[in-house]
Formats: sequence, structure tokens, C-alpha cells
Amino acid sequence: MLPRGFFFSLGDWSRLAREAGIVLLFSVLAHHIVPHMPPKQSTILDSRALDRTLRRMADEIVELNNGTDDLVIAGIQRRGVQLAARIVSQIKDREGVDVPQGALDITLYRDDLQTVGPRPVVGATTIPWSIDDKRLVIVDDVLYTGRTVRAALDELADFGRPKRIALAVLIDRGGRELPIHADVVGKKVSISAGQRVDVLVEELDGRDAVVVTSIGEGDGA
Amino acid sequence: MTRSLSLGKDLLGLEGLTGEQIQLILDTAEPFKEISERAIKKVPTLRGATIVNLFFEASTRTRVSFEFAEKRLSADTVNVAAVGSSVSKGETLVDTARNLEAMRIDMVVIRHGASGAAQFLGERIESNVINAGDGTHEHPTQGLLDLLTLRDHFARLAGLKVCICGDVLHSRVARSNIWGLQKMGAEVAVCGPRSLLPNAIDDFGVTVFDRVEAAIEWADALNILRLQLERMTSGFIPSLREYNRVFGVTRDRLERAKKDTLILHPGPMNRGVEIDSDVADGPFSVILDQVTNGVAVRMAVLYLLSGGRPELAEAAKSGGSR
Repeated sequence: MLPRGFFFSLGDWSRLAREAGIVLLFSVLAHHIVPHMPPKQSTILDSRALDRTLRRMADEIVELNNGTDDLVIAGIQRRGVQLAARIVSQIKDREGVDVPQGALDITLYRDDLQTVGPRPVVGATTIPWSIDDKRLVIVDDVLYTGRTVRAALDELADFGRPKRIALAVLIDRGGRELPIHADVVGKKVSISAGQRVDVLVEELDGRDAVVVTSIGEGDGA
Repeated sequence: MTRSLSLGKDLLGLEGLTGEQIQLILDTAEPFKEISERAIKKVPTLRGATIVNLFFEASTRTRVSFEFAEKRLSADTVNVAAVGSSVSKGETLVDTARNLEAMRIDMVVIRHGASGAAQFLGERIESNVINAGDGTHEHPTQGLLDLLTLRDHFARLAGLKVCICGDVLHSRVARSNIWGLQKMGAEVAVCGPRSLLPNAIDDFGVTVFDRVEAAIEWADALNILRLQLERMTSGFIPSLREYNRVFGVTRDRLERAKKDTLILHPGPMNRGVEIDSDVADGPFSVILDQVTNGVAVRMAVLYLLSGGRPELAEAAKSGGSR
């Protein structure tokens, strides 16, 4: 039924096996080498675009709260803290007002502490003023599952009862697992679970940028 | 953000820890200080965990400090004292602990008069065991809070000169301090009457001062130990008054050194014996800072020990029984 030569001859098979072996060797090598080589990356915001985006976010935050009265800003550790500082300095430039700025570390409020391996590093929480009846804006770098924000809301409840809590994020990458949305968004991107968004800030990373990295399927994000 | 370094199942002493692990505990304690300053002094981190404080020896500071640390992490706590428990009916330590474990507990904080009791227990039960003082062996959380207090003040531990004064022989605090300080690169000395120093003191690699004046001259900080009269069976010192006259840390002696010397004391103090009141309450005393730091250090230890247990992660994934 099948034409002759459909199957490889014995010689073809051995050649194939040899080549497959070489391919296999390379793929094994690649697996070991990959961590040392830069994975596939693309920059979605460079430092100037990041600066513009933060300026717009600062304006939107002021607009959302009808000015700067009772406005306080809390950045989520770690990159959210630096972004919050930038936003606060933008508001200072535009409005001439120093908005109180704090930091939140949500590690102790995470809902996955019983399932993660070794304990994650706990950063500093600094909310050195009363948040009662304030208009509080949470600033974070990336909004993904929404679990970080859930934890931040729980933590803030231990500090007081703000009049309103709003959420400002530099990047909204979708993929929510909780009913949470951002009031102010720097940039909305649609990327798969096999990719990671990293916000880099000068203070910690030596440069300002937002980078998407492919980390392969099944590695999670 | 995760890291691979963990403390293992139990905290038995500082001798068995690496400098890196001690650093991890101190760094973790730092953000925990803030929680005790809040109006609502509580985070949900250990919600659902049950911790038994098993105290076979008298303690106020350490027991209360552990209990605050546990409660501020939202753990459920039970205190068991030897008096009024079945221990007074002759139950063994292991039987007591196994019975408690049968009621599904997660951690045991134990203080016991026998050196090695915590390790003995840790090897026999599944729960995490934290040593809150075992005989004359170690009191690791006290050592850690002393390190944290010193680091707060000097912003470093490496190269620091710390002298431990007094009853080193009976002191588990001294051992935890010596090992902890040395692992963090500090220079350690001891000072006290030879009758209250261990025979093998030379094996610890510490300088020995026979005169407290010389110790004060040398040290950046003095950690003054309590004369443990309850552990002294006989004839270690001629009298408390004489001890104070020769080895007491007095304002006069400190002033003669013409430099600032930080004063630590693990408490409870015998005022007028190893330390004078005007030193204990003086400007260089950080004795109450030590107590404040104690809660943060213990929270850090509880937090770090409660994690990194793969079997817990597995159980949680499969909707397990714990």
C-alpha cells in the first residue's frame, strides 16, 4: 500500500539517531546554559516613557481625589515604594504640595504563607501618620492576580479607616484572581502566564525601565 | 521574593547556627519592631498555628515576651507550667510533649532546668521546638536580642568589643552571647571571679579579665549577668557585698574609664550586687531596649521556623489534614 522508500533504510535510521543525539545534547546544554544567558526580553517602557507615564498618573491621582487635601500615598514594597516617591515628587512639582508618603510590606498578610517554601524576606512598613478619614492611594508596580492588593487592604485596615482607598499601578497585566481593579493605570498590557513583567527603578536596579521577559511555559510568573 | 536559607526545624542554640543564619534572624526582626508600635499590634501570619509554651522554670520576661510575639503573629497559645500540671505527678518530658502533640500543636517553646532538654525534645517530636533556656546551656533568643540591641546602637557587630561580666559559670545567656557574638565577628571577653567562670573558659576563645576596671577600659559594651543565687549550691563568693565591692559595675568605675560604655543586662537585676541602680537607669543603659527587641526577635524566629516545611506545603496543596 505504501510506496517503497516510505520507511528510512537502516542507514537513514542510524544517521537520524545520531543527529537526534546531537540535538538532544544541545538541548541539554542549552538547559544548563540558559540561566547564564539573558532570556528573551523586550522593553515596553524606557526611562523617558516611564517618566511621562508617572507624570500622567500623578495628575490622575490628584484629579481622582479632587485635589490634594487629605491625600496620602502608600507604596507597596519593593518597587511600589520608589514609584510612589516619584509620584509624590511629581505632585509637588505640579501642585506645590508635599503629600505624605508611606510604605507597606504585605508579606505577613499573604494568603500563601502556608504553602511557600522558606519564609520570604519581610520589608519595612512605614505608615507614620493616622490614615483615618484620609484619601489613601496605594501604589504598586504590577497588578496581576490582585492578591497583593487584597493583602494591602487587610494591612491598611489594621492602621485605621481611610475615607477612600484607591489603587494606582504602573502596569496592569490582567490575569486577576480576585475582584480587584485599579483606579489609575500607567499602562495596560496583555501578556501570557509564561511571561514576567519587571519594573526596574534607578534606585534599586540602576536604570528605569519596564521589561517583559519570557520565562517559558509552566514556569509560572 | 524568596530565599533558600532557612533555620531548620528547631532553634536550640546559637552554637549550631551560622553567621548567615543569625544575620537572617536579626534582619527579619527589624521590620517586626514596627508591628509592636501599631495601634492594632497584630498581623495574621501565624493564624491557625497552635504554640505551647512549656515552662518548667520560673520566668516572667521570657514567657511574656514569647507570648506577646506569638499573639502578635495571631497564633493560638497555651501556657503550661510545671507547677499545677501533670509534670508534678511525675510525667516525663517526652510524655508531656507527646500528649500535647496528640492535640495537634505546631510549635513548642520550652524552658527547662536541664541542659539539652530542648534538643532532647526536638529529636522526639515533630513540632518545631524553640529553646527558651535549658539549664546552663543556651538561651538563644536572649543572645539574639542582645545582638540586635548592640547592632541597633553601634550599627555593626564585627569588631565590636563586648565583655560579659559576672556569673558566667551558671549562665546560659553567656554561652549564647559568646557563640553568637563570635560568629558575627565581635571580640568577646568575660570578667568575674574565677569561681564563677567555667574551668574550660579558655576553650571559648575569649579574653579573661580578673578586674572589672580593666574590662570596662577595654569594652565597647558590657553585658552584666545576674548572680544566679538559686543555682549556687555553695561557696562561690564570700558575700554579695564583697562581690559588689570587687566586681559590681558602678557609676564611679564607668566614669573613671572616660568613655561611653553601653550597658546591657538580661534581667532580672540584683540592684546593688552586680549592677548599681544609677548604672542600670543611667544614660548608657539599653536594658529596656533589650526587652523591646526581645519581642521582635522572637516574632522573627517564630516566623522563620514556621516556614519552609515541605510537608506542610504538600498537605496544603492536597487539601491535607493539618
